[in-house]
Amino acid sequence: MSTSRIPEILRKHEAALLDDWTREQNQLGDISHRLSEADLRAQSRRFLQLLQEAATRGDAADTDTEAFREVRRFLEEVSASRAALGFSPSETATFVFSFKQPLFNQIRASLPSAEDQLAEIWTATLLLDKLGLYTMETYQKTRESIIARQQEEMLELSTPVVKLWDGVLALPIIGTLDSSRTQTIMENLLEKIVETGSELAIIDITGVPTVDTLTAQHLLKTVTAARLMGAECIISGIRPQIAQTIVHLGVELGDIITKASLADAFRIAMQRTGHVVVRKAATSRL
Amino acid sequence: MEVLKSDSLPIRTSEDMVSVRTSVRKFATELRFGIVDQTKIVTAASEIARNTLDYGRGGDLRMEALSNGTKRGLRLIFTDRGPGIRDIERALTDGFTSGNGMGLGLGGTRRLMDEFEIASKVNEGTTVTITKWSR
Ligand SMILES: Nc1ncnc2c1ncn2[C@@H]1O[C@H](COP(=O)(O)OP(=O)(O)OP(=O)(O)O)[C@@H](O)[C@H]1O
Ligand SMILES: [Mg+2]
Repeated sequence: MSTSRIPEILRKHEAALLDDWTREQNQLGDISHRLSEADLRAQSRRFLQLLQEAATRGDAADTDTEAFREVRRFLEEVSASRAALGFSPSETATFVFSFKQPLFNQIRASLPSAEDQLAEIWTATLLLDKLGLYTMETYQKTRESIIARQQEEMLELSTPVVKLWDGVLALPIIGTLDSSRTQTIMENLLEKIVETGSELAIIDITGVPTVDTLTAQHLLKTVTAARLMGAECIISGIRPQIAQTIVHLGVELGDIITKASLADAFRIAMQRTGHVVVRKAATSRL
Repeated sequence: MEVLKSDSLPIRTSEDMVSVRTSVRKFATELRFGIVDQTKIVTAASEIARNTLDYGRGGDLRMEALSNGTKRGLRLIFTDRGPGIRDIERALTDGFTSGNGMGLGLGGTRRLMDEFEIASKVNEGTTVTITKWSR
């Protein structure tokens, strides 16, 4: 049980607080193009209810406790939805901080003694500061995970197989090779091999940030499958640090041809398919 | 030894694997590890995180930036409450897998890092702690 008068004030003046608060929020900045008046009011009402329940059950100045769990969860929702709607961090935290003024006013109006007013305003400040900061923190985490997801999605972009030359295909892989899309990539390559009757495929991993055992396993499987279709693979774009790491992992690439760059791989591919590349200036001098 | 900075991350979904690698790389860069060591650390993290996810039914990663006076270090602690590892020696053997991997994750990680420790109890879970020190 809490000795603070805040729960009681929240309960008694819920309607007035809600009105004052929504007015305050509208004054602080126009967000109506991203969040309707009705939604904002519904959000505010819900927060008031949860806050009142939590402050009644627990200590109004300690928001880390079990009593405030629902409040924290609700603020997580608010900040996640605001992050997704493109609110800035301060616009998001304003939701909580803007409640200070209405609550302070109500405390002043409800308590006769100045000393009590001061004590309660102090408690209210602590309470709302903590919840506001919590909202900021979750906002930040949400933004980070949105960014990470976007990065992930970018990595999931389809990887097209390109025909470099007659009989030579190239598959430049960008992103991680440990997800479900590996299957698609592999199937695309095999299909293209059959379709074009290619005898060589260059798998370029310059754009693969990490080659761990799972990635290596997928690469090896692709190479084996391509061989069964009658095509040899060259793996290119193995940067020195990746080469070292693969060796330490103990991954054996067997007799697979590897090259540092796509250009080197292409040169080998031309040789293997019986092409000769000659510089034009050199030929004319003959 | 002093912990300069620490952070924790969940490992529950395959999307978390991306954040694990990204965050570990960020820590390693901040600690001014070179590109080779960075790659080794991130790869090791990827291995152990995937084991945590696939065999440990998910868990958490704690990252610690360390200083022992002369060297900087990055310590990664992976914890899960999964089935545990009955025979650690065997799990560490190159080529051993109970799933359909290559069985190189644990052994490879041990070779990539400077320090490697597994604590595991059957039916209670597994903690893998790996550390890399600056040269
Ligand atoms: N966190 C864990 N909980 C339970 N068992 C584990 C855990 N980590 C590893 N193991 C066991 O140890 C074995 C070896 O792990 P390791 O990472 O070396 O190989 P893998 O994951 O099977 O294959 P790879 O990592 O090469 O893709 C696993 O197959 C699994 O049985
Ligand atoms: Mg593994």
